[in-house]
Amino acid sequence: MRIVYRELEGNSLAYFGLLGGLGVLVVAGLLSAWQMEHYGHIITGMTNQVVWGMPHVFAVFLIVAASGALNVASIATVFGKHFYKPLAPLSALLAIALLAGGLMVLMLDLGRSDRVIVAMTHYNFKSVFAWNVFLYSGFFTFAAAYVWTIMDRTVSALYKPVGVAAFIWRLALTTGTGSIFGFLVARQAYDSALLAPMFIIMSFSYGLAIYLLVLMSAYCWSKRPLGDAVVRRLKNLLAVFIAAVLYFTLVYHLTNLYFTKHHGLERFILLDGGVYTTLFWVGQVVLGGIVPLALLLAPATRQSRMAVAVSSLLVVFGGLAQMYVTIIGGQAYPLPLFPGMDVSSSFYDGVVHPYAPSLVETLLGIGGVALALAIVVFAIKILRFLPESLEDAVVDPHHKAA
Amino acid sequence: MSDFDAYRRRFVTGMVGVAAVGALPAGVMLWQAQARADNDDLPASGKIRWGMLIDTTRCATGCDACVRGCNQENGMSGQTSPTDPQWIRKVTVKNPRTGFGFSLPVMCQHCEEPPCVDVCPTGASFKRADGIVLVDRHICIGCRYCMMACPYKARSFIHQPVTDQLAEVPRGQGCVEACSMCVQRIDAGLRTTACQEACNAEGHKAIFFGDLKDPESEISRQLASYASTEILADLDLHTGVRYQGI
Repeated sequence: MRIVYRELEGNSLAYFGLLGGLGVLVVAGLLSAWQMEHYGHIITGMTNQVVWGMPHVFAVFLIVAASGALNVASIATVFGKHFYKPLAPLSALLAIALLAGGLMVLMLDLGRSDRVIVAMTHYNFKSVFAWNVFLYSGFFTFAAAYVWTIMDRTVSALYKPVGVAAFIWRLALTTGTGSIFGFLVARQAYDSALLAPMFIIMSFSYGLAIYLLVLMSAYCWSKRPLGDAVVRRLKNLLAVFIAAVLYFTLVYHLTNLYFTKHHGLERFILLDGGVYTTLFWVGQVVLGGIVPLALLLAPATRQSRMAVAVSSLLVVFGGLAQMYVTIIGGQAYPLPLFPGMDVSSSFYDGVVHPYAPSLVETLLGIGGVALALAIVVFAIKILRFLPESLEDAVVDPHHKAA
Repeated sequence: MSDFDAYRRRFVTGMVGVAAVGALPAGVMLWQAQARADNDDLPASGKIRWGMLIDTTRCATGCDACVRGCNQENGMSGQTSPTDPQWIRKVTVKNPRTGFGFSLPVMCQHCEEPPCVDVCPTGASFKRADGIVLVDRHICIGCRYCMMACPYKARSFIHQPVTDQLAEVPRGQGCVEACSMCVQRIDAGLRTTACQEACNAEGHKAIFFGDLKDPESEISRQLASYASTEILADLDLHTGVRYQGI
């Protein structure tokens, strides 16, 4: 059966309410950034010890999720699974939107956001950040070109090569994001080649969870049919990704536990790090990993769409918890200036650095999420991203009605 | 093509046109700014490498003369809240197993291979030909990646407006800064840093400053005669600041 893509009507009060609500959150984020620009970072919880805070938790999460959101499209194009083809346009759109949201947060957190143009005119090519400027702009270009090759039949010959290029580029992009931390020799929590592949597998999980949430919400609210076949395939895939993230987390900590010099850090994250220990075990591992895995696989819940939605939400929450533990926990634990020694100073050497996110930096982060969602909500109204139907009979030619 | 599609196409074309016209003056300004920057001369000489040697056996526990000297020279308040800048701090170190302890000043170590310079996206973190690691306040965007990368936690971010800065040490909100080895003094021909001067005035004489490439300099003679090392020497960063007695 032929797939028909159609814009949303989007004339209902609920549609404009949703767009308006997201708009309010975006404006709140922008106002927060303006306050930070005016008063300085003194109004955030960030310090000279914890230099990256809540904005980076949201920004890195959104950027990682962006590359993962493109995966559904890559499965269709690169790996030739036609079943996923109707799902591809939304996948590319979500990738663009999430990256835009993440970059908004990252750019507006800069000490000198007014100089963002400098980051595009002065390059230090040894810097992972400088590579990322190219990786991000390239990702936008490839994802947009990919949408074009899907929507315009006159360039359908480019569909496969552009899709393959976008897939390779997204792997490079997440490698770059993981390497922001992986290439830092200074801090014990980072300084590991494992972070790049770990961020890639995390992107698969977070991106797909957000994709599922957006897909199910869009079809539910627009009253378009969404068959079980699509949801079932995607949720099985999500279960595999969640398990893979747990595996990487296990290997990362086992490696550190084997090295005596990292025992202090591991003790901090796993045992007595307060909020970081709680977020790791309760947020990242149990609520973000084990519970959704159980919901997606257990016979009692695996047929339930509500269970899929809850699992996806939990994966998003677990992802934010993971970013908090990695980014802020990694800085809260003191630098080993003199390994094995007790050190103290007026600059807080040798002590765990406290960090409490302020309202403005949290609102900036939420503003980025809202921008990403607003782009999606707006784009599916003006362009044909969503198939009119994703019923089983439409997406699967071999489907037999029960 | 439907009317709506035609309208949409005209709208998008129009927006691209407006954006292109808007970006043109900015591009011209940037080109001019770049041309000016390229004309700047770099007076620092690669025949010199400025460095410091700190003898921790002479450094008195509890004395912070070097810190006060630095604050005064570079226009800092000396406050020590978690958001206040500290270019130099006194670190107290104690071995919990043996009880042996010492104290030492820690500042930017002016690495030969500085991680802060590696990670800086714009090149604002840079190393002069004479080995001094600095931040170019004109192109620092305040991303703080250098602070994440510095193994010595030597850098500070300016969290609020600065009103009491000195003419020869420009500082400002939203940028990162650190010990400059009193570059304003060196470029004016002086051969001592504020921390060294303060330490000498206290009579401790724990800090030697000089040219590491000149075998006749006091610092080179000291380094050739007595054992010295770097903090976190295993990182192999070849710091310009070295220590005795740690």
